[in-house]
Amino acid sequence: MNDPKEINVRYYALLREQRGCPSETIKTNAQTPLELYAQLRQQYRFSLDTSFLKVSLNDSFGSWNSPLQDKDTVVFIPPVAGG
Amino acid sequence: MFQLSTTTLQCDELKRTLSFAAVGAVVTFEGVVRNHNDGREVVALEYEAYEDLAAGEAKKIFAQCRQQFNILEAKCVHRVGKLSIGDVAVWVGACASHRDDAFRGCRYIIDEIKARLPIWKKEYYSNGDSGWVNCEKII
Repeated sequence: MNDPKEINVRYYALLREQRGCPSETIKTNAQTPLELYAQLRQQYRFSLDTSFLKVSLNDSFGSWNSPLQDKDTVVFIPPVAGG
Repeated sequence: MFQLSTTTLQCDELKRTLSFAAVGAVVTFEGVVRNHNDGREVVALEYEAYEDLAAGEAKKIFAQCRQQFNILEAKCVHRVGKLSIGDVAVWVGACASHRDDAFRGCRYIIDEIKARLPIWKKEYYSNGDSGWVNCEKII
């Protein structure tokens, strides 16, 4: 088992409201954003399935299966509605 | 150029920045807060944005726009925060030597911004309910 990583997670819109805060630093053994979201969804009862979300890694759109690195910033992107 | 703004958009001032000697056509678009959506009476909106990601994505949109259309300059400013009915939520302007590129460039930018930028809209309804657009019905 790898050492837990420290991941910065920021929340926006519906996920921010469901989490009750805009950001947090999490120690996790999750290896990918997909695994991290599964953990957080179970913990905080997020309503949105990953099929409706995108993921951002360090301020760029990323892949759900990218390996997470210590100190990464992860943002789960709910369906957008600008304009 | 893309910006987020917490204050009322100065559309006339923005349009003037697209005026220079080589310009033969200026097309602007204003997205305005309306009082209804999906059969519900809307009384206010709130926009939230992930600024760093939005800035990076907008840069790509403008670059792709320049590749496809012969535009001279393009700009977009999007509001964040609480807005009232009638407020301008987003302004887009594109200028070109000729009208076809200006029309198509402006249309491309607003369409891509709506589809791709990490900006979220919460609607407040006359019955006191509220909800994040595109997020609530799929739950």
